[in-house]
Amino acid sequence: MLGFRIAKRQEPLRWGSFFIFFAALALSLGISCMLLAIQGKPFMRALFMLWDGAFAHDYALEDTALKSIPIFLCSLGVAVCFRMQVWNIGAEGQFALGAIGATWAVLSFPNLPAWALMPFMFFCAAVAGGLWAAVPAFLRLRMGLNEIISTLMFNYIGILLMEYLVYGVWKDPASFGFPMTVIFPDAAIIGSLFGRIHWGAAVCAVVATLLSVFLRRTRLGFELMAGGENPRAARYARMPYGFLVMLVMVVCGALAGWAGLIETSATLNRLQPNVLAGYGYTAIVVAWLARLRIVSIAMYSILLAGLRVGVENLQLELQVPAAFAGIMQGLLLITVLAGQFFIWYEIQRVPGAETSGKGKKGASSTDGSADGGERS
Amino acid sequence: MSLELVIPILAAAIQSGTPILYATLGEMLTERSGVLNLGVEGMMIFGAFGAFLFTYFSGNPWLGLFMAGFFAGMLGLVHGVVCQVFQGNQVVSGLALTILGVGLADYLGTPYVGVATQGFYPFDFPVLSAIPLIGPVFFRQDALVYISYLLPLLFWFFMNRTRWGLAVAAAGENPAACAAAGLSPRLMRWMGVFWGGFLVGLGGAYMSLAYTHLWTNNMTGGRGWIAVALVIFAFWRPGRAVFGAYLFGGIMAFQMRLQAMGATLPSSLLLMLPYALTIVVLLFSSSRGKGRAAPAALGVNIEPGE
Repeated sequence: MLGFRIAKRQEPLRWGSFFIFFAALALSLGISCMLLAIQGKPFMRALFMLWDGAFAHDYALEDTALKSIPIFLCSLGVAVCFRMQVWNIGAEGQFALGAIGATWAVLSFPNLPAWALMPFMFFCAAVAGGLWAAVPAFLRLRMGLNEIISTLMFNYIGILLMEYLVYGVWKDPASFGFPMTVIFPDAAIIGSLFGRIHWGAAVCAVVATLLSVFLRRTRLGFELMAGGENPRAARYARMPYGFLVMLVMVVCGALAGWAGLIETSATLNRLQPNVLAGYGYTAIVVAWLARLRIVSIAMYSILLAGLRVGVENLQLELQVPAAFAGIMQGLLLITVLAGQFFIWYEIQRVPGAETSGKGKKGASSTDGSADGGERS
Repeated sequence: MSLELVIPILAAAIQSGTPILYATLGEMLTERSGVLNLGVEGMMIFGAFGAFLFTYFSGNPWLGLFMAGFFAGMLGLVHGVVCQVFQGNQVVSGLALTILGVGLADYLGTPYVGVATQGFYPFDFPVLSAIPLIGPVFFRQDALVYISYLLPLLFWFFMNRTRWGLAVAAAGENPAACAAAGLSPRLMRWMGVFWGGFLVGLGGAYMSLAYTHLWTNNMTGGRGWIAVALVIFAFWRPGRAVFGAYLFGGIMAFQMRLQAMGATLPSSLLLMLPYALTIVVLLFSSSRGKGRAAPAALGVNIEPGE
């Protein structure tokens, strides 16, 4: 009787996440192609267009790089939260609040010189985004309120708050009724660094470096990593668990706020509702795919930004709805999530009913476990 | 306020609370089996699309209703595959499911945006609709509302008085004990994700077949997430779910009525009400006390070999 059995590996599969990612990417692209085929689109050409639109030439690469900036900033914060087992899915709302904070700074002090206005905008965006994240953190710590629900509700509220402002008190009287603020003065616009790439890219580099140093070189950073691995142990070790939860949430809120500021200032030059393009949700996908590794976050940000830009190309050429990017993100996350199984488990062939002779058996797999495994 | 003003608002509260009630009971069933599925919003809107599509092409809303449940149940099974077969993280899998479900509904539904379809229409329930006050509020609704009146009772009976229901609860409380009793906690969880998803899909169907009779993008508007919150608020028991769903229905109906009357408050601020209220309602439901805690094994995967 030949059968198969699932056993836990004693060490994670080497290069596992690398192979699994590509297998998952191939699988999710395959399913996406099937969806395109259902609607009668030429799916092979679509794959080519996706690549072409995202990575194939300079203009496309610039687009991808520009879109990866807000995704990168948001997902850095989200990844730190996830590492602490804090399920902050409120980056979208914190992004909106950052945009609001920065716009408030510009509209209130339009005549400040650039050296004062720009730092003030960054300050306001960080405070607004950080406070927006601090409330759910506080509610979780003091009232035991589930942060998944509260950050999500704060997303909806933050987005509506922004709409209230741009449709109402902040609306440019000369905009012919369109919901947008006045165009920012030059001092409030983030300029270009090289080509179409603006200084937001430099902000990303600085933030990533600082965060990396903080996590690797400081005691608090170490506690943060340890706290995520095992909250109970962290509490016993008298680590300031509540403080750490608050810290990661505020950091995430401030970073998402900066992403909102950068999109508003550098890309749109004014606040308008389409500044919200779901970057905060994409950041969740990136954060989970990359875990806390900052280089991975950068790579996955570029990849998922490329996916968005590529789908824009599909939109243009094949009339595929923008929602297609969402489908691909969802599929990618699901397939990677499922594939990670193979990092920690292996499927062993069982020559007979007697299984106890296997040397590789992991500590946590119990005897006589054939009924839990898959049989072929 | 006079009675003529209050009765329509209460009736509208029942109507707009009904999809939330279906979704809440569906998620409750899934969570009672020990699986945390945050994909409710995605399943709900995918179900709403399934209901629209099959009703539009067959002209039979009952077929649409069934397909809504089936569509959402299939998404629930995707969650089951990720978490039960591949040991994926339940929180992230649920989030992915929402992203996927919303994307699929948007993508497949784009050609039909604004297209009207058949559906369920209110009718006077015989005899009961004549009762003053109660009649106009509860019994001048559509068939799905009448079904939803029975649903919490059936849910309660199933969970507390049937072998299967007790087995589902055991899978959520203590899978090892459940297995030791000769039952399969895995099977119970598969049932939980599929039939829970099925109920969530019916809630979605209510949005496209009864609440409106057309397809629009993003028509669930966060109701799935409110349902997730209400499961916590209801302490995983169906009785309080009814109260919570109608409370939210009431707020949504009231908010719309205020807008229609040309309230001086801007509409964005009124639209915030349900989301802000979700947080407030959760704050007032302390989960301490006997029989109020979450199922003990909620969110914990069953390891292979156990």
